[in-house]
Amino acid sequence: MASSHGYPFEKRHCLSIADFHRPDIESLLSLGEHYLDLSVQKSSERSVLAGKTLVNLFFENSTRTQKSFELAGRRLGADVINMNVANSSVKKGETLLDTAATLNAMNPDILVVRHGASGAPALLSQKVECSVINAGDGMHEHPTQALLDALTLRQAFNGDFGGIRIAICGDIAHSRVARSNVQLLNMLGCDVRLVGPPTLIPSNADRWGADVFHDMETGLAGCDVVMMLRLQLERMNGAFVPSKREYFHFYGLDRTKLGFAKPGALVMHPGPMNRGVEISSDIADDPDISLITQQVETGVAMRMGILHALSDAQDGIA
Amino acid sequence: MTTLTLTNARIIDPETGRDEPGHILIDGGQISGIGPAISPQGDILDVKGAIAAPGLIDMRVLTGEPGAENRESIASAAQAAAIGGVTSIVIMPDTNPVIDDMSLVEYIQNRGRETDISVLVAGALTKKLDGKTLTEIGMMSERGAVMFSNGATPIADSLIMRRILSYSARFNALVSNRCKDPALTNGACAHESDFSSRLGLNGSPSTAERIMVERDIALAELTGGRLLIDMISSEDAVNAIRNAKRRDIEIASSVSINHLCLNEIDIGDYRTFAKLDPPLREETDRLALLDAVNDGTIDVVVSAHDPRPAGEKRLPFAEASPGAVGLELLLAAGLSQVADDKLDLMAFLKTVTINPATLLDLPSGRLQEGAPADIVIFDPSKPWVCNSDTLSSKSNNTPFDTRRMTGKVMATLSAGKLVHNSFSE
Repeated sequence: MASSHGYPFEKRHCLSIADFHRPDIESLLSLGEHYLDLSVQKSSERSVLAGKTLVNLFFENSTRTQKSFELAGRRLGADVINMNVANSSVKKGETLLDTAATLNAMNPDILVVRHGASGAPALLSQKVECSVINAGDGMHEHPTQALLDALTLRQAFNGDFGGIRIAICGDIAHSRVARSNVQLLNMLGCDVRLVGPPTLIPSNADRWGADVFHDMETGLAGCDVVMMLRLQLERMNGAFVPSKREYFHFYGLDRTKLGFAKPGALVMHPGPMNRGVEISSDIADDPDISLITQQVETGVAMRMGILHALSDAQDGIA
Repeated sequence: MTTLTLTNARIIDPETGRDEPGHILIDGGQISGIGPAISPQGDILDVKGAIAAPGLIDMRVLTGEPGAENRESIASAAQAAAIGGVTSIVIMPDTNPVIDDMSLVEYIQNRGRETDISVLVAGALTKKLDGKTLTEIGMMSERGAVMFSNGATPIADSLIMRRILSYSARFNALVSNRCKDPALTNGACAHESDFSSRLGLNGSPSTAERIMVERDIALAELTGGRLLIDMISSEDAVNAIRNAKRRDIEIASSVSINHLCLNEIDIGDYRTFAKLDPPLREETDRLALLDAVNDGTIDVVVSAHDPRPAGEKRLPFAEASPGAVGLELLLAAGLSQVADDKLDLMAFLKTVTINPATLLDLPSGRLQEGAPADIVIFDPSKPWVCNSDTLSSKSNNTPFDTRRMTGKVMATLSAGKLVHNSFSE
């Protein structure tokens, strides 16, 4: 099942987009697409992960990602355990590797990790026997978000979105979503642009394989898709940008700025949104142009696909 | 609008280097003809061989409005400017409240429109000049703020300065920062030297200036921001800037007219009118600054107009406020250095006309057809004695009181209107 163009999917972990080659990505997207069908997704035959244990290990608070993985795991028949480490052992002073050793002793099959420090899931993956999925590490990567965004685009553009121009806008510097998406969309042949104030774009981001723009008018010109990123509240009040109103005035997506993009351009946002800061409500809620709800919907299916592929690879099914 | 011709002028346009006799025809507030071949029309003002140059653009003017109108109002500053041949002034944001918001930018602009000259606004770099919180540089720029400054207090935190330079680059905004290391200048009221230590005054070394100059140059290089190094006072700073320009780093720097004319000896017997920030330094520093103006290392000469009422100056030296008025004396004091062979006339005029105009993107600062008729007429060799009591500023704190000056403003035109005329006197 989990193969594409004759290349078996043999990866043990899902830590970074850079770990995958194009056939891996195609395999994952095909599996994700398979689970988009709700009758497949919700079928009572929950055999793929039957007998396997999935542990959600979240060192940072999260609602949507954690619930998305939980639902994906349960729909595939796994035993799912949520560990909100943010409130327990870490506070008692346990180190990451001690936590890893403890968990390893419980013999889970898949560990879904979110951590505030870049590289933490990779470190953990070296100390446990099971598969590790990076559910967001610091400002490094969020590969499952990038995959679900790619799947959303594949659906929106009827399977072929190579060659589209997509602008990722806002707080690029602190965004793991942006880093994963730039890599993945580049691999899939998209023309990727980064748009934001200079304080929120790393000074060498033009070497990531994306063109950098500091104003929306030139940045959005000719774009088929505009992906807005969340701006954390604490970065707004004079630290990285002067104020909410100035940010919205120059970088918030409203009808005028969307008008700089191609007619009929689509809008994405990984959520949660700050309405009136990076995106206006009338755009976020317009079903003709907003893919935001589809992104959430696709999230569960895509994560089922990833779990499925990793599980098959563990069992040597190619 | 009336038509006016200035006849028999020695026309100097620092942008093109033009220096020749001729007439200037003014129509509709603009220069409509210039040169020896112009036939006079309309009203005639015979300037009798005096120099006609672009009206001065003073990039550093402090008033007391809003908040301390007893020191100076925008109207009284504009009046002083007209007398001094200055036709555009940039108002600094360190008022009460601080000009850190669009509505305050518009307030200053509105007050400026009531005057006879161009009043331009510098917005604050940080909220309440706290040195930490970025202001709405983009929106203030859209409303017409021509540059941004943190007033007399430098941005101490390098990270904040980096972000400011980087953020403002998006709007191509000019960022002016005072060059002094806060820790090394804390509590100082004079230049650190043999002279100040004998007087028992706390001094700050030139190094305090150099450290900040070097830091800001490095940050400008890193971010691509447009930096104006505000009011250097030492040879050390000149050398740092000269090195940076040699490496093609795009920065600009300014110096106050006081530091081109005076040195630390002028504080003499604790004369608080010569207490300035930055402090007056040694004669070698002054000579290095003059050289730097002559060779173009320093881009802008400012009046550093800073009116202080007597109550703030009649105090023990360490307790007195720094600062001096300068709008009325900027050109005359510069011309006195020209007469002393210390300054090159054309080089000096560039720093008060076309260079500020280029930095601020203004159409003025040049004597050319189509440019605004902002013109100063001056006699470069007329001797006079400065008397602080006759200054038209609300405050008369000047270190030039009783000094002999060479060179006097005879008339000033702002947008074609004669706003000062002393030919009749």
